[in-house]
Amino acid sequence: MTTLDQLRPGQRAEVLRVAASTSLAQRLAEMGLLEGASVRMVRSAPLGDPIEIELEGCHLSIRRADARGVVLRDD
Amino acid sequence: MALASPPTATRPFRVAVLGNPNAGKSTLFNALTGLSQKIGNYPGVTVERKAGTLTGSDAAIELIDLPGTYSLAAHSPDEMVAVDFVLGHIEGEARPDALLVVADASNLERNLYLVTQLLEADLPVLIALNMVDVAEARGIKIDATALAQRIGVPIVATRADRGRGLPELRVALGRLVATRSVPRPTIAYVEPAALTAGVAALASGAAPAFARALGRPLHRVELLRTLVDVDGHAEERLLKQFDRATLAALLEPARTAAGAMVPLSAIEAQGRYRWIKQLTAGCIERPATPLPNWTDRIDGVLTHRVIGTLVFAGAMLLLFQAIFRWATPAMEAIGSSFKWLASTISAELPEGALTSLLVDGAIGGVGAVVVFLPQILLLFLFLGLLEDCGYMARAAFLMDRLMTHVGLSGKSFIPMLSGFACAVPAVMATRVIEDRRDRLVTILVTPLMTCSARLPVYAILIAGFVPARRVFGVLELPALTLLALYALGIVTAMACAFVFKRTLLRGPPPPFVLELPSYKWPSPRMLAAQLLDRAKAFLQRAGTVILAMSLVIWAAGYFPRDAAMAAGFNAERAAIRAHPAGSGADAIELDAIALAAIDAREAALHLEQSALGRCGHAVEPLFAPLGWDWRITVAALAAFPAREVVVSTLGTVFSLGHGVDEGSTDLRDALASAQRTDGSPLFTLPVALSVMVFFALCCQCGATIATIRRETQSWKLAWFTFGYMTVLAWVGAFATFKVAGWFVA
Ligand SMILES: Nc1nc2c(ncn2[C@@H]2O[C@H](COP(=O)(O)OP(=O)(O)O)[C@@H](O)[C@H]2O)c(=O)[nH]1
Repeated sequence: MTTLDQLRPGQRAEVLRVAASTSLAQRLAEMGLLEGASVRMVRSAPLGDPIEIELEGCHLSIRRADARGVVLRDD
Repeated sequence: MALASPPTATRPFRVAVLGNPNAGKSTLFNALTGLSQKIGNYPGVTVERKAGTLTGSDAAIELIDLPGTYSLAAHSPDEMVAVDFVLGHIEGEARPDALLVVADASNLERNLYLVTQLLEADLPVLIALNMVDVAEARGIKIDATALAQRIGVPIVATRADRGRGLPELRVALGRLVATRSVPRPTIAYVEPAALTAGVAALASGAAPAFARALGRPLHRVELLRTLVDVDGHAEERLLKQFDRATLAALLEPARTAAGAMVPLSAIEAQGRYRWIKQLTAGCIERPATPLPNWTDRIDGVLTHRVIGTLVFAGAMLLLFQAIFRWATPAMEAIGSSFKWLASTISAELPEGALTSLLVDGAIGGVGAVVVFLPQILLLFLFLGLLEDCGYMARAAFLMDRLMTHVGLSGKSFIPMLSGFACAVPAVMATRVIEDRRDRLVTILVTPLMTCSARLPVYAILIAGFVPARRVFGVLELPALTLLALYALGIVTAMACAFVFKRTLLRGPPPPFVLELPSYKWPSPRMLAAQLLDRAKAFLQRAGTVILAMSLVIWAAGYFPRDAAMAAGFNAERAAIRAHPAGSGADAIELDAIALAAIDAREAALHLEQSALGRCGHAVEPLFAPLGWDWRITVAALAAFPAREVVVSTLGTVFSLGHGVDEGSTDLRDALASAQRTDGSPLFTLPVALSVMVFFALCCQCGATIATIRRETQSWKLAWFTFGYMTVLAWVGAFATFKVAGWFVA
């Protein structure tokens, strides 16, 4: 099972599900981080955390710990 | 839900302006309302209320700019206000008559999310499709006509920063007023069954109990938010009326009726995005391969591990060099015009209380502060540039990890960085921090950041007492000292945050999601308007608070005036004049020197005997360990309401001490030549450093304390901030004085 935090910079993948039901998960869902969405890992911050992801052309920064809750489709 | 009463001749049509953050909402609002804006506050909360009259339209329309929000699921006070306003739940505010939604065309699907929620508010909606130029540059083509027809609301394409599309938008707003037609989508939203069932159960079940508790009926939108949102604002409001268990029991049947295995919030998002896909299918055309994106490339550099960090540090260094170098000519010009004014007045008017009031009190006091206008504007220009081009969010991204070490998030970094300009807007900027504890900690430590009002104090003392030596070839010691003082503020703020987050306000690091908007060319017009605002505010302060304080300090330093003492000095002078040393040039000069010495002694004695002098002497022992004499003590005390007053107080105290007729506005010389009673120079390097450190750490700003009280709704926290910073300042200044003393000796 791959999670969002494991992607390498530049790598793209499809979201399978978001495991958390926190307010953060809700905010991410509202921004389009949903089953079937395509996300790209852009880079991680100089100190390793947080990470920058691209979602439907929009760049977001989230923490690695939260990215771990986003399960990706393996292929 | 009753709709608001229709607008009449006396009440203008009210249109709320909404949109995602960074969609260009403020720019559009400013362009539509011009100079007619009124800024206030919403009752009970501390969110700024901006309203203005639509210009260039026959219809009487009032626009209200609401805080940026991604969705109606409110999690921060700002979002809460936006939602409450739309639903008419704000005390004393009628429900708006229509909504103007600003949507970013380069990111349309996500921006339509908020639109889909607002379509359920039973209000006329108009969409401003903004940033069409950015979309075009990315090769995105949008068929606005078809989209407007599908959503059932008018859409106007705009480019807010250049004023494009605004005439059309005004016309569309006028038409909206005339027709008041509510949205009629041609492709209908099929709400997920779980939500429909859940809301229906809530409406027939708990809703009456909620309505009784809140004293008003609940709109369907509010029921939906209560059902769906996790730790949302709707639930929080009910938790003020019901205890947790009762509320859970009231919500239970609705959640069962919804019967979902997946969180309802995900179901809602999925449902809405499915609809958005249907609405936009065939209306949005994207290039198969995205066009090369500048933001990505720039970010590759600016958020790079090494280069990005270097660029950040370099930018900061450049700022400090600039403040010292580039501002100088303008500052000298301002300084010499005040000097000219002072000498003209003292030449024209007879010596006495009135002349002293004008020259030493008003001109000396205000002039000493106004000189710093160029430096302060440079600082605001720099911060404005960073904000406007989109770099601030990168700074938060770069700094998040470091901030987690002290228990905060990168979001706290932006308010803290704004603290470099002024703590008042910085404390207000903490509203973007959703987590209460984080927000409070950020508020408590933000006043430690070196605000622009500290700059005058630093500038005068550094210029006077730090040798202008070059180190490492290019950097100058004064600039480095300034940098060190800024660093002191930052490090102390971090240390305090660390302590507070572990003691008073313990809690885990909160969730973090931050949008990194694409880079933009800063808009010169916006920047210029901002700078003009800042300059106006600064001069207004100089003309009111600082002038008043200067006059009070002057009066306290001038009165009471002992007539007998004055007579004694007059006799001494008369004696010299009556018996000149001789008639040669040398002799005349000798007499002049003797007279000047008498003047100076008289002035110093008057000051010492004055109310101000006595007060300074009384508290001097408290500050003597810092190396201060009573004059510095007086200046520091006078600066507690507003720290920039210290410069004018120093100006008044030391120019009074120098003899009125000299009319010295050159504070730097006055300070450098100031002596202790034993004749040794007052301002040695350790003393100057101790004063600077005190000002770096002390919360001498009535406005900040008032703002903290307003933002936290707690006097306790406001006074706590004042107290802990004052203690820190004393200890820091004491340590600095001792340590610097060893080095100098
Ligand atoms: N290129 C472009 N930039 C815009 C447009 N509208 C606003 N901006 C810029 O976008 C940035 C954010 O705008 P602002 O009004 O502060 O956004 P808000 O967060 O929605 O209030 C500013 O730098 C504006 O100058 C537009 O139509 N095109």
